[in-house]
Amino acid sequence: MSKINKLVTALAFSVVAMTAMPAQAQTRIALVVKSLGNGFFDAAAKGAEEAAAEIGDIEIIYTGPTSATAEGQIEIINALIAQNVDAIAISANDPDALVPALRKAMDRGIAVISWDSGVAPEGRQMHLNPSDTDLIGETIIKLAADYLPDGGDVAILSASSTAANQNAWIAAAEAILPTKFPNINLVATVYGDDDSVKSTDQAKGLIASYPDLKAIIAPTTVGVVAAAQVVTDMDLIGKINVTGLALPSEFKQFINNGASQAVALWNPIDLGYSAVYLANALAGGETAVPGATLSIGRVGEVTLDDTNSAAMAAPFTFDASNIEEFSKIY
Amino acid sequence: MTELPSKSRNIPDRLVSPIKTALFSWPTLLLAVAIFIFILNSFASPYFLSAWSLSDATFNFTEKALIALAMALLIVSGEIDLSVAGIIALASTIMGLALQFGVDTPGLVVIGILTGLVCGAFNGALVTGLGLPSIVVTIGTMSLFRGISFIILGDQAFKGYPESFAFFGQGYVWWVISFEFVLFLLSAAIFYVLLHRTNFGRHIFVIGNNPVAARFSGVRVERVKFVLFCLTGLMAGVAAVLLTSRLGSTRPSIATGWELGIITMVVLGGVNILGGTGSIQGVVIAAFVMGLVTFGLGLLNVPGIVMSIFIGALLIGVIALPILLTRLHDRVSR
Repeated sequence: MSKINKLVTALAFSVVAMTAMPAQAQTRIALVVKSLGNGFFDAAAKGAEEAAAEIGDIEIIYTGPTSATAEGQIEIINALIAQNVDAIAISANDPDALVPALRKAMDRGIAVISWDSGVAPEGRQMHLNPSDTDLIGETIIKLAADYLPDGGDVAILSASSTAANQNAWIAAAEAILPTKFPNINLVATVYGDDDSVKSTDQAKGLIASYPDLKAIIAPTTVGVVAAAQVVTDMDLIGKINVTGLALPSEFKQFINNGASQAVALWNPIDLGYSAVYLANALAGGETAVPGATLSIGRVGEVTLDDTNSAAMAAPFTFDASNIEEFSKIY
Repeated sequence: MTELPSKSRNIPDRLVSPIKTALFSWPTLLLAVAIFIFILNSFASPYFLSAWSLSDATFNFTEKALIALAMALLIVSGEIDLSVAGIIALASTIMGLALQFGVDTPGLVVIGILTGLVCGAFNGALVTGLGLPSIVVTIGTMSLFRGISFIILGDQAFKGYPESFAFFGQGYVWWVISFEFVLFLLSAAIFYVLLHRTNFGRHIFVIGNNPVAARFSGVRVERVKFVLFCLTGLMAGVAAVLLTSRLGSTRPSIATGWELGIITMVVLGGVNILGGTGSIQGVVIAAFVMGLVTFGLGLLNVPGIVMSIFIGALLIGVIALPILLTRLHDRVSR
């Protein structure tokens, strides 16, 4: 009976071994994601491959656990340490629990960076944020202003009034208004609590209270869909432009019907691409210290702050020209 | 009336010789699989045969295997505990809470293990005291225990465990031999003696085979089961100490989904899920098989989902093959 057992095991293993045997390359960079089977991360892996092809002599190991757990990622980190990869670029499921495992990786000479979702500073050499507060604040206003050459009234439909992210972005937007967008008039900020029904009511309220409203800016993926639906339902397409931060797959229909000219969000392709550039630089001997400037290829360059974190770029804009392509990704 | 044959007939003591029994027993079969996977791994990846790699590999399964030892006893007795991962979460959270009040390493360890014990006793009391089915009770407490840690922690984390606390999950006793691994081997020996060499162990088998008969034979069924639940909780508490130490932090999502991995280990180890039969040797080897398979596939960077499929196939294969072969054998010999 053990013969048949062996045969089955051998067969399964050899299939696995044949498909997964690595081709030897100079630098092996592991792109570890929160979980596999997620369009966002698949897109990041696409960007990573692009960067690898550009730099040359790089093998990308795209991996992640089945379910988004810290324990699953630690098992993967252990396997990567054993393979003695040159660099690990990770989007972490837990900022703290991964620290001991990643420290072990660094102790054994592996370059470690986090991207998208960060690891505590002691567990990585640097962290790459998709964007930063000021860039997001500026982008959400710019998205509206670009289609208002003569200026006009705009309002913000946010998530909850206690959402730290959104509040920081709105504060940054308000700060930049007088200098960069003098003819844009922010008339109100309301809160839809990331709830479809409440966001819909708040959007209707804005339209009723401000007859001259030209744009609704929703820096939340729930709010932006609700507002666009209201504008569509009330036949206000062309009068009020809805914009903000949106998932292309959820929002495609509103770009297509004209309720919105353009929205923005982080671009996962660029994120994976930049992560590989940075991981390769650190594996190649560059050091990550506050103030250092590192190249991220076609995306530009990043400068590290006090915690060795860096912001990649302003959110990526989706409009009629590219929404179709990105809606297939995430 | 016919005459009895005068020639004396040889009636064997056993129908099958003990050597043959041992040779075709579950643990032996599993050991062959384990050795085979080990050899296969050595060929499949150049990184596998290194002392440090193998040492790292043990961390992937020792905590689960520690709980599997106690779970095996519980399943042999015909009960099950699905709340073990929830117990880990709660025990880890209570340790983190104690840390906020300045409790030091020895205190943290005691608190973690005690929390596990209390949770296990709670399960045991509900099952044996109220006579509820263990699968129902522990599905409930699975959410209850983890729910309490969610209430305490929310989206926060406890961190800043003392340096000395890191030893349990990250320390080495000698060279590449980790503390976790030594603890697992010691516990395996203790559980082996408990199940296979004591009266208590015999009682567990009897209860699993026929609780009514056990009761009429004077076995204190309820008390044995209660002790087994406490023991499982205790081991979950121990695992919580190790895991918390290894992660250096506590989040309510800690050890999510571990109950399935643990039960898989037990079943793969040849313990009858309906109770009555099983061995600690089998469970120990099953732990190694699962550890070797996941680590070996990890070295080949096989995606996690393929790994799950592989474990699932291994489980069904190892369970189904003997049954299929027996049927085949019956048909051929008929």
